Amino acid sequence: MKKPFALFAADKAPSLSKVHELIRELKVSQVMTKTLYTLPPDATMQEVKDLMRQHRISGVPVVDAQGLCGIVSLEDLIHALEQQALSAPIRQFMTPMPLVVARAQEPLLEAFKRLEQHNVGRMPVLDGHGALVGIVTHTDIIASLLKSLQDVYTEDERLCDCNPQYFFDALRSDATNLLLRYHVEAGDFAHGGEASARIKRALLRIGASPRLARRVAIAAYEAEINLIIHTNRGGSVLVDVTPQEIRVVVQDSGPGIPDVEEARRPGFSTASPRAREMGFGAGMGLTNIERCSDRLDIWSALGVGTRLEIVFKLPA
Amino acid sequence: MTLQDIVSSLHLEVLAGAEHLGREVSGGYVADLLSCVMAGAEAGNLWITLQTHGNIIAVAALVELSGIIVAEGAPIPPETLAKAAEQNVVVLSSPQPVYQTVAQLVALGL
Repeated sequence: MKKPFALFAADKAPSLSKVHELIRELKVSQVMTKTLYTLPPDATMQEVKDLMRQHRISGVPVVDAQGLCGIVSLEDLIHALEQQALSAPIRQFMTPMPLVVARAQEPLLEAFKRLEQHNVGRMPVLDGHGALVGIVTHTDIIASLLKSLQDVYTEDERLCDCNPQYFFDALRSDATNLLLRYHVEAGDFAHGGEASARIKRALLRIGASPRLARRVAIAAYEAEINLIIHTNRGGSVLVDVTPQEIRVVVQDSGPGIPDVEEARRPGFSTASPRAREMGFGAGMGLTNIERCSDRLDIWSALGVGTRLEIVFKLPA
Repeated sequence: MTLQDIVSSLHLEVLAGAEHLGREVSGGYVADLLSCVMAGAEAGNLWITLQTHGNIIAVAALVELSGIIVAEGAPIPPETLAKAAEQNVVVLSSPQPVYQTVAQLVALGL
């Protein structure tokens, strides 16, 4: 399915209906604790205390020969402690049947409503034959809902890794362009790469694939560094995004390149010793731009300036 | 292999990005020429270099490197480290020369 409008996807919460759908799909059986610790009704409250402490649980289903016959909770244990009746049998303190129970195959949401309605902390879970198969607590439910929400968000983030095309689909016009402009100062090594980093973020934001954003950023970086190293007064980087292509136009006002063919040759460099000390001037800038783009056109005139046009085709 | 594994084994000093040491390292790359790194390093690579000025951070962020090891204990300007912190780039320092650093990484299985 096509995602209609990716621009705000990162900010937008997943639609409520999606969360709803997910919660509706969740069954009690997916969430319940299946490891059961049960006691018979004639066991003592002391045994309840030991079992709760040993397994760090707050409720114990009580089971006799016929099956589930009650549940004993931490609150019941406190009552027994208050009355100093730890040796009394569970049946004196437990909540007997009929209990508020959940069915393994019912939607979690229904079970949660019942839990709230009856103000209980846990419910024994029964299967289709009425046999005890698990226990579900408030904590289990909250934890599973949080996990589901996280899954929805992660899925939405993945959907963002799509084509900038989708960004434009929602903008109806005869021809839509998105223009990003950046100015780069000559000699400003300290801020070298900032324009490229912003370009990359912007492209990711409108839904460009990480691979495409990286290619454009690498080309923009090399062009940006050229403006810093070689120009008299810096220059501009213009990123023109249309549904068909991304066009990066880099312009400056001189000094101009004497021989463009020579400048395009791998390893050719006129960088200053200062620039070389910093690791620039490998003579690979234009080669790198050429390699990661679909087209590179260079126009230059001595004393006038240089214009690079770098084109990236978008997947149709 | 994570950055933390490498930091522990090589006894590297963590100068920036300590909170990102859980990153997986996909391989290594050695160069002091920034354009070579832009062209040759892959996302997740660990870059071993002697360069220390601020632009190494821009390069590492753009190419999505897992981190940078500055070899020979070369002193790193505070501006570089500030930039690294800002752009979530991990900067490590090794007292060893590049050759030995790489040899240790290879021995680790990178």
